[in-house]
Amino acid sequence: MSGFLGFSPARFGAMVSKEFTQMRRDRVTFAMMVGIPLLQLILFGFAINSDPKQLPTAILDNDRSVFSRDMAAAMKNSDYFKFTKEISTEAEADELLRLGRIQFVLTIPQNFGRDLVRGVRPVALLEADATDPAATSNAVAAIRQAATDAFNRDLTGPLLPLRAKDGPVDLRLHARYNPEAVTQYNIVPGLMGVVLTMTLVIITSLAITRERERGTMENLLITPVRPTEVLLGKILPYIVVGYIQMGLIVVAARLLFAVPFVGSLPLLFLVSFPFIAANLGVGITFSTIAQNQLQAVQMSFFFFLPSILLSGFMFPFQGMPQWAQWLGSALPLTHYLRVVRGIVLKGNTFVDIVPHMWPIGLFLLVSVGVGIKRYRQTLD
Amino acid sequence: MNADGGHAVIDVTGLTKIFGRKTVVDHIDMRVNRGEIYGFLGPNGSGKTTFIRMLCGLLRPDDGHGTCLGFDVREQAELIKPHVGYMSQKFSLYEDMTVRENLDFIARMYAVADRAAGVARSIERMNLGRFRDQLAGTLSGGWKQRLALAACMIHQPSLLLLDEPTAGVDPMARRDFWDEVHKLAGEGITALISTHYMDEAERCHRLAYIAYGHLLATGTVGEIVSQEGLCTYEISGPDLYGFIDKLRGLPGVEQVVAFGVTLHVSGRDGDALAASLAPYGAAPLTLRRIPSNLEEVFISLMRKAVS
Repeated sequence: MSGFLGFSPARFGAMVSKEFTQMRRDRVTFAMMVGIPLLQLILFGFAINSDPKQLPTAILDNDRSVFSRDMAAAMKNSDYFKFTKEISTEAEADELLRLGRIQFVLTIPQNFGRDLVRGVRPVALLEADATDPAATSNAVAAIRQAATDAFNRDLTGPLLPLRAKDGPVDLRLHARYNPEAVTQYNIVPGLMGVVLTMTLVIITSLAITRERERGTMENLLITPVRPTEVLLGKILPYIVVGYIQMGLIVVAARLLFAVPFVGSLPLLFLVSFPFIAANLGVGITFSTIAQNQLQAVQMSFFFFLPSILLSGFMFPFQGMPQWAQWLGSALPLTHYLRVVRGIVLKGNTFVDIVPHMWPIGLFLLVSVGVGIKRYRQTLD
Repeated sequence: MNADGGHAVIDVTGLTKIFGRKTVVDHIDMRVNRGEIYGFLGPNGSGKTTFIRMLCGLLRPDDGHGTCLGFDVREQAELIKPHVGYMSQKFSLYEDMTVRENLDFIARMYAVADRAAGVARSIERMNLGRFRDQLAGTLSGGWKQRLALAACMIHQPSLLLLDEPTAGVDPMARRDFWDEVHKLAGEGITALISTHYMDEAERCHRLAYIAYGHLLATGTVGEIVSQEGLCTYEISGPDLYGFIDKLRGLPGVEQVVAFGVTLHVSGRDGDALAASLAPYGAAPLTLRRIPSNLEEVFISLMRKAVS
């Protein structure tokens, strides 16, 4: 049965069937081969939306006239804005934007309606949290149209001429934190979280798996070493690695991308600790589950994929459906991104970021806890 | 032999381990005295490794009780570990670390006092000097074995559990290894060593033979051979291969083994065997009674266990 150039179909067949046999034996790899495409389909197909709508907006209405309500209604009808808060002071607006609770603040000045009717073109101010230009650009485009059409219903009869070509309202836009809408300002600080997640989870997921695969686990277990000594001993060196990575990104952000650094660098390094440790905890947990190094890498990938897609790194968090936002909120990267962007771009202080810190802390406790619980001190 | 007048270092009763639905070690009793070199034999998959792992806390026994170095094997594994030197079947030190780094790491795990001196001493003792800074993964089989032995003795344990320490090692290296073990026994260290080599079994003070999780025989080499009561005859002459199948069918014949230019025929029923073999004493063949060796006894034990 020797074929062309000595190619034997029989040997080729044997090779193929051997590969299938081994593929079938490695259940986890097989599950991942099915699971990863499914996960991608669901995330890309249903969760991700690069044209985010229903963005949380606060309104500071100093006029309270028919016309100010018209304006708000038109924005709402554009589907890009969702009024979640009504506020009464400038300071409140600032705080909500700084903490990332809302994406926009619409300020309607006093006498808005009166000026409009007089044809003075009153000023309406839209302040945007522009840290992520992708989240705001479409909404901003939509509001221009909304501001023109808003008053069509009321500007009839004698007021008809007010529908001038410039529009009845002078809409001013104030893009906060990232006025030039430089994408890098948003991406580069975010990368810090993404790089840490990717490398640290993969490296530590290999840590115990490697010992088991090479047979060195047996020798380790026979010594009087305790589980916490093994696990923490494996985590600590990578915390150092994590900080080196952070340092590199901070320097690159400054020198290569000229990202403005508004907040405190020591604060950023301090609050990164639980995030780094949480990722290492995930890796260690995978490490105690995976049978071999390939499985460990696949599990890491399975964790990394939703982290990068649902955290608000690649696509605006607000644009995702509710279930995807819940899923994203369970991941430490989602909260860390808010912390990093908050400190770097908005100058957040420790008090400002506390709401994002406790979910990271909780995740850390769970991941390390599961890791320690799963770690076996015997070969059973 | 029993340096301490029979003080038991290992004393376990009914030790049992079940994996899934398979009983790998089935109620095994064992008593090993201080300073003894105790050989542990049995076919592959007979439960030797599992038994050894239960003694030092790597596996939790499903049944049975007893002590190792005076500590309870079920409850006090953490107290046993510091005093045991264990050498696994597979090389289990770090291949990407040097000889010295490996020994240093193990010494730190056991909190060896004056670590540098301890590492230097064990390197010297095992003649590992010229490989000190070589990666463990690049050592040949025999030297890996020596490194593993050095590592399992670095904390000066009082009990060595060696799981097929000489598998795949050349005769010279095996000889050196056993000389070392005897030297240690002379210092009062106890050793439980599993092996497949009959010559190594003969170098042990006492032996245990297990098959399919059951303990089949214990004692000195002489005791085990005489307990089994096996008779063996040697047939020599030309063209012996033709007889092998014929001999196997005869009454009283349990084993026929070709040994170079002779055949060894054994059976437990001496009279029946003698009667069956009588025709094979005629020229050009010669027939003579020889003492049974350990291998024949073990194969006999194993066959009994199967049936």
